[in-house]
Amino acid sequence: MAASYESPSEYIQHHLTFLTKPVGDGGFWMINVDTVVTSLILGFIGLGFLWLVTRRATSGVPSKTQAFVELAVGFVNDQVKSIYHGQSLWVAPIALTVFIWVVLMNAMDFLPVDIMAMIYGWFGIHNWRSVPTADVNTTFALALSVFALMIIYGIKSKGIGGWTKELFVAPFGNHPLLWPFNFLFQIVEFVSKPLSHSLRLYGNIYAGEIIFLLLGMWAASGLVGTAFSGVLNLGWAIFHILIVLLQAYIFMMLTIVYLAMGEEHH
Amino acid sequence: MNFNLTLIMQAVAFTAFIWFCGRFIWPPLMRAIETRQKQIADGLAAGEQGRKELANAEKRDAEMLAEAKARQAEIVAIGEKFKAETIEQAKIDAKAEGDRIVAAARAEIEQEVARAKEQLRDAVAELAVAGATKILKKDVDTKVHAELLAQLKRDL
Repeated sequence: MAASYESPSEYIQHHLTFLTKPVGDGGFWMINVDTVVTSLILGFIGLGFLWLVTRRATSGVPSKTQAFVELAVGFVNDQVKSIYHGQSLWVAPIALTVFIWVVLMNAMDFLPVDIMAMIYGWFGIHNWRSVPTADVNTTFALALSVFALMIIYGIKSKGIGGWTKELFVAPFGNHPLLWPFNFLFQIVEFVSKPLSHSLRLYGNIYAGEIIFLLLGMWAASGLVGTAFSGVLNLGWAIFHILIVLLQAYIFMMLTIVYLAMGEEHH
Repeated sequence: MNFNLTLIMQAVAFTAFIWFCGRFIWPPLMRAIETRQKQIADGLAAGEQGRKELANAEKRDAEMLAEAKARQAEIVAIGEKFKAETIEQAKIDAKAEGDRIVAAARAEIEQEVARAKEQLRDAVAELAVAGATKILKKDVDTKVHAELLAQLKRDL
């Protein structure tokens, strides 16, 4: 540990504090600089890599890098094709963007928290959280964007009238007595979709981060504890590879499913 | 869990990333993949076509080979027949030639024999004349006795 802490809770607190810059009055007008900067860098790295490969993409014999990218693209494309049967060509790029970005943001969890804190400290930065998806703002931003896209897709495919009508006549049927229940049901669905979408990812990654921190606290109990902490951290990191990829996959799948559902006629 | 402006910024970044991906990454990559898929499908179809053509060619080949073999057998049969006929003819010719040679030889021999007889007759006549001359101790006039001698020669 680079800095010494008074208590375990202070250690954890320190690692869970955002680098926040206020830009206006009130609690909302603040920016988590660490989240925004890290996620932007990761987005540029991920999409930039894809873009570089795309620029040199050939329909002949692909290079190994291109084959790898095509594997990921083909995987996303298969998922989209099996779930979404509409006309839009944007669902697949959305899914790919979500997958690549979320994988990279989740993967920041693999960076050892204390070593990263030390490195950030050299630049005079304290309280820098590396994992953007452990910030509820990021996951909600993604989930609400998908939610907005879902509504846009719905209105585009059914028209504003058809979409509004469906709020009242689905899923129980078109009868004036059923309208309130239908509407209530739809509202619950609308609220639950982005909520479960974002909180699932946030919860998993945040919990993963906390467990890394808790395991890291063993290091406070001396040399043996440090070694023990290293072993445990390694084990959790290996298991975390699964969580990182699985959560990104689930997030992508839900994105596709929600967009498909938005367009679907009841 | 406190929401702040980060949410908006992340949503804006997300939208921008989606736009970039859907504009510059997804279409060219899919185009490359689909072009390759088409090329592979075309290649496979061409291979299938080639295999079919090869099978056809092999069939044609076998037919031509069988035909050629039949023709060859026919030619061999004709040749053998011709050979046998030629040999037969040669034998007949040779026999005829041999017979002719033998006949000629025989005729010659007979001729020789006749000539020898003639000479012998002459010699005998002369010998007889000479003998008679000696016996008569008197020259026999050959001219006078020519008739006689010719008679003698004929009788011999």
